[in-house]
Amino acid sequence: MTVGGGTTHLPPAGLQIPAATPARSGNSTASRARAAKRSRAIGVNLLGLLIALVTLFPLFWMISTAFKPSHEIYSLTPSLIPAHPTLGNFRAVSSGQVSGGIGSVWLFFRNSLVVTLAAVLVASLLSLMASVAVARYKFRLRATLLVTLLIVQMIPAQALIIPLFLDFKRIDLLQNLLGLVIVYAAQALPVSIWMLRNFVATIPRELEEAASIDGAGGFTIFWRILFPLVAPGLVATSIFAFITAYNEFIVALTFLGLDQHDYTLPIYVTYFFGRGGADWGPIMAASTLYTIPVVIFFLIVRRRLVGGLVAGAVKG
Amino acid sequence: MAETIEHQPAALAARRRLTQGQRVPGSPRDRFGSFVRRHRLTPYLLLLPALVGIALVLLWPLIQVVIFSFQNYSLMQITGAAPTQWVGLANFINTFKDPEFWLSLRTTVIVAAVIVPLTLIVGTIVGLLLNRLGKKMSVFVSTAALMAWATPPISAAVLFYWLVSPDGGVVDWALSKLPQWLGGGAHWAGYNWTTNGWLQAYIVIGALVIWQAFPFIAVSVLAGLKTIPGELLEAARVDGATPWRVFWNVTFPLLKPIFLVLLLLSVIWDFNIFSQSYIITGFPGNQNEYNLSTYLYDKGFASTIPSYGLGGAIALIFAIILLVVTVGYVRTSVRQGALT
Repeated sequence: MTVGGGTTHLPPAGLQIPAATPARSGNSTASRARAAKRSRAIGVNLLGLLIALVTLFPLFWMISTAFKPSHEIYSLTPSLIPAHPTLGNFRAVSSGQVSGGIGSVWLFFRNSLVVTLAAVLVASLLSLMASVAVARYKFRLRATLLVTLLIVQMIPAQALIIPLFLDFKRIDLLQNLLGLVIVYAAQALPVSIWMLRNFVATIPRELEEAASIDGAGGFTIFWRILFPLVAPGLVATSIFAFITAYNEFIVALTFLGLDQHDYTLPIYVTYFFGRGGADWGPIMAASTLYTIPVVIFFLIVRRRLVGGLVAGAVKG
Repeated sequence: MAETIEHQPAALAARRRLTQGQRVPGSPRDRFGSFVRRHRLTPYLLLLPALVGIALVLLWPLIQVVIFSFQNYSLMQITGAAPTQWVGLANFINTFKDPEFWLSLRTTVIVAAVIVPLTLIVGTIVGLLLNRLGKKMSVFVSTAALMAWATPPISAAVLFYWLVSPDGGVVDWALSKLPQWLGGGAHWAGYNWTTNGWLQAYIVIGALVIWQAFPFIAVSVLAGLKTIPGELLEAARVDGATPWRVFWNVTFPLLKPIFLVLLLLSVIWDFNIFSQSYIITGFPGNQNEYNLSTYLYDKGFASTIPSYGLGGAIALIFAIILLVVTVGYVRTSVRQGALT
């Protein structure tokens, strides 16, 4: 998400600061202003409430549908909350006994988790090493490399999917989770390197120099000093790599093909959504199982997440 | 960045040499280390694994796309049944002759031209709102936004498909219950959004994309707002400026660099819409509902005679369009001094 290199902070030039005039006072005006302020605050809060409810509605409806029995789902007057909540839809996707279903949802959950975690691990390690090189050393073609990374990450997967498919077919990594891990890790690298570079650059060089004076070798400096300080950045990039891999669609769709045993969750959800005439109860149950863990995870890490992503986008 | 580790003061380097007596000199590990240091190989060694990955998975396919686009590459050539030939610009000419290409390009451009400003406007309004709301309300709104943003796009697309489904979808039901003067009415019952034409389908896709993209815009705008000194806004307000004028004359100019980044990001996101379109339009359903991404995928894989050469040409055109957007942006921000 670090596209472009716009630095933010405050633009000092060309700004005209209006000269502050003394505040006008007077009792009646003050109280009227206070009343206007209060009504404006109520309006702002109502608008906030409205936006939050509209934003939440689709997710609410997904969960609500997942707990509804079939006759309530297709009822002519849909109810907000299931009148007779049931776990039937979850039981159906869990056992795989769904029209168009190809196995238990937990198998695909496991596939998604394995691929995602492996890709995050590989991408974090490689991008940490690369970002130290980029932030700490001067070397030939450094600027070229950074610009190349920016350009490369702009190219969407669908533009590269044909040669990717053919190459991975040649090395026999198509219908296989390892192929996905390789692609997902590489896809996360350019952005991760850019984001981590910002974090590494903020660590004072003196710390490393002091350790070096005390006789610490390069490896010790890296693990004992650089690593703990860059850890928050690593969390942010890991989350980024996690989203990329967990949500990825087109590569998994193209690579896995008919290898249903290796489907990741997004492919599974669309597969049985496409067949068997859309039985919305189980589909929403599967979507809920796919969505809720990651949403909860995001709520837990939200502070780091927001800080890291904004740092990546804004500081670039 | 400014200096390298090697550029330490001489005295410091000397002390370092003294303290290195603790190491075992002459061990293989030490010899490798000194070789790396002497030739200043450390940055290259650190970069190597990442660069190999990027080169193999991102750069090499890109080069192949360029090569394919000038060849007759297809299934016959892979199996060796027919020789691979250079065909010059034939793939590009065939693409430009295909009315479906122009239709999908038109759809892509119109969709981006409508969705990008809408996303930015909604995101900015929510960002400004978050800045004004009390603590509790602001947490509530940003939590809701974060949840929409965190929803996997595939999940969101399937969910929106269900929301607008003609049998049992809640949107059609709500529209049919809406009073006439608000555009509601019984004719909405069972209305089919996804196969009635590209406009209806892309209204759904647009709502879906905005729902998922506005939170990031809002949070970025909010982060930018926090950097504006309160006295500036206060001064403008004391001068009697309306909130509208405060935004356009103070806030917007200050946040312009952020808006440029967000604009570019949104354009790229919306040109790349694939999975949402794949699901909502029921790929490979109605070809009139293709955008560039689904058109490309159709030519490369789904059509009965996949042509990798043709797919390569379309992919190259697609990548060049995105590159032009990027270069335009970078030049603007350089002129503004944003890259310094």
